[in-house]
Amino acid sequence: MTKKNLVAITGNDAAAYAIKQINPDVMAAYPITPQTALVQKFSEYVADGLVNTEFVTVESEHSAMSACVGAAAAGGRVMTATAANGLALMFEIVYIAASSKLPIVMPVVNRALSGPINIHCDHSDSMAARDSGWIQIYSENAQEAYDNIIQAIKIAENMKVRLPVMVMYDGFITSHGIEVVDFLDDKVVSEFIGDYKPNYPLLDTEKPLTYGPLDLYDFYFEHKRQQAEDIKNSKPIILDVAREFKNISGREYSLFESYKLEDAETAIVALSSTAGTAKTVVDELRDEGKKVGLLKPRVFRPFPYNELAEALSHLKAVAILDRSDSFGAFGGPVFTEIRSAMIEYGKMPENINIIYGLGGRDINQQDLKNIYAQLDKIVETGNVKDRIQYYGVRE
Amino acid sequence: MTVHKKSGWKDIPKGGLIVEPGNSEKYETGSWRSVRPVRDDNKCTHCLICWVYCPDSSIIVEDGKIKDIDYAHCKGCGICAAECPVNAITMKNESEFRAEKGEKK
Repeated sequence: MTKKNLVAITGNDAAAYAIKQINPDVMAAYPITPQTALVQKFSEYVADGLVNTEFVTVESEHSAMSACVGAAAAGGRVMTATAANGLALMFEIVYIAASSKLPIVMPVVNRALSGPINIHCDHSDSMAARDSGWIQIYSENAQEAYDNIIQAIKIAENMKVRLPVMVMYDGFITSHGIEVVDFLDDKVVSEFIGDYKPNYPLLDTEKPLTYGPLDLYDFYFEHKRQQAEDIKNSKPIILDVAREFKNISGREYSLFESYKLEDAETAIVALSSTAGTAKTVVDELRDEGKKVGLLKPRVFRPFPYNELAEALSHLKAVAILDRSDSFGAFGGPVFTEIRSAMIEYGKMPENINIIYGLGGRDINQQDLKNIYAQLDKIVETGNVKDRIQYYGVRE
Repeated sequence: MTVHKKSGWKDIPKGGLIVEPGNSEKYETGSWRSVRPVRDDNKCTHCLICWVYCPDSSIIVEDGKIKDIDYAHCKGCGICAAECPVNAITMKNESEFRAEKGEKK
């Protein structure tokens, strides 16, 4: 635990290294764009004989997830990875993986959905999949991507959960940027995740069973109700796994991260890499004597509505940032859910929604300072001029 | 885990899995039939051609003779009636049988 194994590495290569250490039975992936270099790197490990994984190169992302569903139903530990339109093409089977209770783990490198065509970072891909029944975990940087992928295996495979997990990190910003990552030893990872015990393996011919039968109005609703319960019940397991992970890594994880939030008067809520930029801004503004903070959601599904609302309840004003839009809705997905949670909690600080960074448009420290300044003005005047804002778009 | 028609969400296998092999026999699929085959025992020669053609194994045979038709699974496709070489099977509208008692759907 004290020994550091620091490597300068891209987010994709860090994710590939996590998968190498996990050593899944099967990885099925579509190898080219919109796929990222993660899968290319992992295929090198396969080619070099460093893992035992059966690597299935399929002709589309739809087939990738289909192969994963088949392999997971057969009884294997299964992973894949995707991004953007690849996730969109998988969509039909993404739902089937969750409804069949198959603990597939999939890094999703967050990139904008077309069209117009774009390959850069935003969260429109994974946010579109937020109702698919998968657990969703967002990562700020390469270290978190690596750590979350390893934790995701243990969460997904927990017998009380048995659900697929998506681990997100920001396209290009994290996927292609080089950062210092502290890797765990192979043995520590394999002991942490343990051997895979399939629940209902199709290959167990002693216990024949059927996956994916027709399920009409007589039972479909009951199966959906089960899914709602299972993902809700994954929350304590996610926290247990985080605690165990701290024991092997010294790194702390929870449902979300609060950064200088406890005594803050205003705060920003931001997912993934933007939260990293925001921490620097918080530090700078704190040096100027401003009581600002940050909340970075990590687990978006299951959505920790009560905990989030409680953590924000003491603020005077909060800006909730969305790197995707929900066209025609009252704000982006993070905003609508947090605002709803705050209303339920009974304490709602003044709030605005900042939709930003679509298609990879940069957000820098000055932008975040501007947003904190807006919050100051709201606190000062008590007025919210513009509840839902498209920040950084040219008028 | 025994699954009934009225089983709640806590009492059925998860993920839509069917963990009891061969249980489709218990699932009655004849409920949407609009016409049913009725066999005339006086005409029937027990040639078993209907048994061969029935796609739902709904012709019940005992000791080489046709005994009955399984209306819990027969969907009323009419193949048996069409194939019968002596026209011993006629398709009758299901409405004629609504009043019948003690019969499965």
